[in-house]
Amino acid sequence: MRFLIKGGTIVDPVAETLTESDVLVANGLIVETGKELKDPEAAVIDATGRYVCPGLLDMHVHLREPGYEYKEDIQSGTRAAAMGGFTAVACMPNTNPVADNAAVISFIKQKARHAAVGVYPIGALTKGSQGKELTEMADLKAAGAVALSDDGQPVMDAGTMYRVMQYAAMLGLTVISHCEDLSLAAGGQMHEGAVSTMLGLKGIPAAAEEVMVARDILLAEATGCRLHLAHISTEGSVRLIREAKARGIKVTAEVTPHHFTLTDEAVQGFNTNAKVNPPLRRQADVEAVKEGLRDGTIDVIATDHAPHAYYEKDVEFQYAPNGLVGLETAVGLVFTRLVQPGILTVPQAVAKLSWHPRQVLGLPGGRLTPGAVADITVIDPNLSEVVDPAKLQSKSKNTPFARWKLTGLPVMTMVNGNIVMQERRLLV
Amino acid sequence: MNERDLKEKAQILDDKGMRRALVRIAHEIIERNKGVENVALIGVRRRGVPLAQRLAKYISDIEGTTVPVGILDITLYRDDLTTLANQPQVHQTEVKFPVTGKKLVLVDDVLYTGRTVRAALDAIMDLGRPEVVQLAVLIDRGHREIPIRADYVGKNVPTSRKEVISVRLTEIDGEERVVILEGTE
Amino acid sequence: MFWQRKDLLGLRQLTPEEINLVLDTAVPMKEIIGRKIKKTPTLRGRSVVTLFYENSTRTRSSFELAAKFLSADTVGLSASGSSVAKGESLRDTGLTLTAMGVDVVVMRHPASGAAEYLARCIPAAVINAGDGTHEHPTQALLDMFTIREKKGSLAGLKVAIVGDILHSRVARSNIWGLTKMGAEVRVVGPATLLPPDIEQMGARVYTEVEAALEGVDVVNVLRIQLERQQQGLFPSLREYSRLFGINQKRLELTAPDALIMHPGPMNRGVEIDPQVAYGNRSVINEQVTNGVAVRMALLYLLTGGEHNAISH
Repeated sequence: MRFLIKGGTIVDPVAETLTESDVLVANGLIVETGKELKDPEAAVIDATGRYVCPGLLDMHVHLREPGYEYKEDIQSGTRAAAMGGFTAVACMPNTNPVADNAAVISFIKQKARHAAVGVYPIGALTKGSQGKELTEMADLKAAGAVALSDDGQPVMDAGTMYRVMQYAAMLGLTVISHCEDLSLAAGGQMHEGAVSTMLGLKGIPAAAEEVMVARDILLAEATGCRLHLAHISTEGSVRLIREAKARGIKVTAEVTPHHFTLTDEAVQGFNTNAKVNPPLRRQADVEAVKEGLRDGTIDVIATDHAPHAYYEKDVEFQYAPNGLVGLETAVGLVFTRLVQPGILTVPQAVAKLSWHPRQVLGLPGGRLTPGAVADITVIDPNLSEVVDPAKLQSKSKNTPFARWKLTGLPVMTMVNGNIVMQERRLLV
Repeated sequence: MNERDLKEKAQILDDKGMRRALVRIAHEIIERNKGVENVALIGVRRRGVPLAQRLAKYISDIEGTTVPVGILDITLYRDDLTTLANQPQVHQTEVKFPVTGKKLVLVDDVLYTGRTVRAALDAIMDLGRPEVVQLAVLIDRGHREIPIRADYVGKNVPTSRKEVISVRLTEIDGEERVVILEGTE
Repeated sequence: MFWQRKDLLGLRQLTPEEINLVLDTAVPMKEIIGRKIKKTPTLRGRSVVTLFYENSTRTRSSFELAAKFLSADTVGLSASGSSVAKGESLRDTGLTLTAMGVDVVVMRHPASGAAEYLARCIPAAVINAGDGTHEHPTQALLDMFTIREKKGSLAGLKVAIVGDILHSRVARSNIWGLTKMGAEVRVVGPATLLPPDIEQMGARVYTEVEAALEGVDVVNVLRIQLERQQQGLFPSLREYSRLFGINQKRLELTAPDALIMHPGPMNRGVEIDPQVAYGNRSVINEQVTNGVAVRMALLYLLTGGEHNAISH
């Protein structure tokens, strides 16, 4: 199958350039880029007025399979990813059983063969993510794990985290840390501040995240391990990361669309779809993570896509699980909240969604160069849509963005030279 | 129906007529009860209250004896609470004397369906057990829906159900007269 | 002015006019409680369920008496011994009660926001009888009724709330209600038991009890739970009592006719000296009577006609 994507603007996230150029795709690879390309056999895709981007990668997704298929599975989760313009996702190991051994990683890889987009499993740091014994990291790597994390279950013991990082560094694996000191966060339901006081919900102080960010930066410095800090949410964390980077420590960081968009005010009315960990913070924190995105302190935008069945969220606030679905609203939020207001240029935004996450995980791709695999996302910066939870491809509909109008949406997702989504319709 | 949407059809009583009617009722109360020993007046909120106070004054002028006056709010005893659009505001019942063994005269401005009096009787019974309860009204306009009659009537006024009787008292309305109102259509 | 809300979930949402309507309606209700025959037929045929997921003898009996004085039928459901204990969701419990024809659900629940959640699930009126550490609106209304009765008005008064503000739904509802009515609210307690940014609710924050009591018209003393010591939130009841206990000496700092209130049950000798609790400025027992009156008023207002359907 040959495709000629005509009339669009190619986004190069590395050179940070926008170039009006056609793209010719054949046999799953990018053949050629340039103006006025012609190929009589190729199906022409009109991309006039649209951005032709290297395929986006969401490096923080919960696909829930195996174990929680009622929330999401690899098939439904990757369909959501395709709809959201992602050509690949990295999935977190907090499944049941936990992806702490090669068998679970292999199972995910095998299931992913028929998935709509690429799937890169992340292995656990400790057995059962219990924070005690190290996993067989070499085995995990051999089976296809692209990084290691105990996401959702922070490694509380500093000594264990120290050894985890020493061992992962030996194998050249990135450790992704979910920074949360459980003794500070204990029982917390939302950000600790004026809103938690008014609602009478136990708060999670910003310090619960920041002390762990500080700890893990020091441990990364001590061990030389590549550290990636997941879902950073506070002003203090951004400052610590900025300082660490200035000192040359191998640390990268991500922020979610909900953390650069929403504040703890979204919880008012006990909205369980705004219950997420780390919690939605103050406006000052939102401004700080946006500044971190702008000045490059924060490398990656990832969704922390965390599906939960409607009945799990349809309960009293404190009984609801943390998390929200993000795959299908991410690009819209990036364009509406970051690109349009001028916080990020289009190449910068695309870099945080494609090039940087690939660099963090050591994956190829991320640029539209001849010979590269044809993973391509086309984004229409002027297309608007109102978010309708019922229409989400994910099995779960737990989004706080219902009825939000988003402008700047993915209009084509091409994986390995196959179109999986076109003009907001799934083809798989 | 709001009184503002109605137009005045006729005046039934002027201030002098009202005074004459009340003085006559005061005489009748004294006569019927052979004096006013053990008699107490209970005004039904709102316009029954100033009427009861006036009757007490006339009785005192005639007999030289003061009769106690209580105030009854019947809101909590209404039989139409479930059908009204909004809960009517409840006001306080102020009956400072024991009603048990008393000869009570309930006082209200207009006797119509009888439902207000029914509610007032229930409210009184919750306060104690009077010896007798009598009913005094300034206007009886007919159309009873339950078997209740007044013992003392200022004026009988035949009306149609479309009409409204408006008793206006200085204490509440700043004027002293009774009028019939009618819809404008 | 008519009551328009389907539910009473908290004082945060209420307007001063609505608060006044409740307090004004409680005045005639209190007269009924003083009668020999404490009963009116007002809510005949209406049903009120008290759904209590936390034990509370006093609040529950106050609501049940209020309902019975107005002739409503009442049923009490406790978390233990019901389907709740079998893991039924709150929505399903609510729908079951609705299917049985319940008009009002009075709920006490350990989770903040539970009343608001239930109110969204069911058409019946929901009265929040305390949800987690969020709100306890009927307690605050009875506190305000008591203050208004004694002081004539709430505007311009200074009210100190003393104790574990962090875990107190009573404090939160009082802050919302009193500040709306023009009173100044001061909160004082150990730094570990003061929630962050409570100034944004309109309260003034103190950590020194003497400063907080200076010239106040009302002292509302909260219960301190031993459990909080075990959680490491304060060192000992002894030290708590020494720093924050309300005794005769400290009362000299208040306005001379200041009222002493306590939502109960009291830890005598800990947060409040018995001399103060039973002294001539204490209105603690009147609070209990007024609680029934205020709850009668709310039951009356919330069972209004067909059009009482504007939720929240």
